[in-house]
Amino acid sequence: MNFDKEFDASGLACPLPIVKTKKSLADMASGQVLRVIATDPGSVCDMQAFAEQTGHTLLSSGEEGGKYVFMLKKA
Amino acid sequence: MATKKMAIIATKGALDMAYPPLILASTAAAIGWEVQVFFTFYGLQLLRKDLSGIAISPLANPAMPMPVPMPVVVSVMPGMQAMATSMMKAKMKKKGVASLEELRSLCQEAEVKFIACQMTVDLFEFSKDDFIDGIEYGGAATFLKFAGETDVCLFI
Repeated sequence: MNFDKEFDASGLACPLPIVKTKKSLADMASGQVLRVIATDPGSVCDMQAFAEQTGHTLLSSGEEGGKYVFMLKKA
Repeated sequence: MATKKMAIIATKGALDMAYPPLILASTAAAIGWEVQVFFTFYGLQLLRKDLSGIAISPLANPAMPMPVPMPVVVSVMPGMQAMATSMMKAKMKKKGVASLEELRSLCQEAEVKFIACQMTVDLFEFSKDDFIDGIEYGGAATFLKFAGETDVCLFI
């Protein structure tokens, strides 16, 4: 899947993956896709909740090579 | 959808209790909520420019996981609090937990409003120079005015 920007939150614990995802989205345009990589297992539920609260679309949520990978489309 | 609001009263100044208000405030701000944190009594420590004095003690803290079981009589010995604090900070860093300074500045960047309780500022004889910039000073009525409009209101 194509994406416009990537944010690597590997090694970061709650709440940094979410708070910094929000910061990464700040300079993106509506409709652009951010790819987020995380190692925090809590980020699976957190990213879903973040998307629901903010209106961004969580296009996918999965695991790749032992890391969690999310695709977020900016609202 | 109307913006959700959250108000937190932060009353504790120990390392473990310093985290929840700042974690919740920064996260709520990240999901677009309007957030105010009212710092009173020992919570004022979290607004000081220098956070290096914020500590954790194994004393009277039986739930704190320790590498080896520690009798209370050992916990009271000089240096134990400093040791526990530096061990906890090292562990947090290793696990990717943000420092208090980082969380606090993320809150301020995200426009979380910090309010210092004027009564306890005076009680402990703090000066405004002790605290970071960009905070407000007020009392219970200031807090309640906002708290009354919130969706989430927490006392920590």
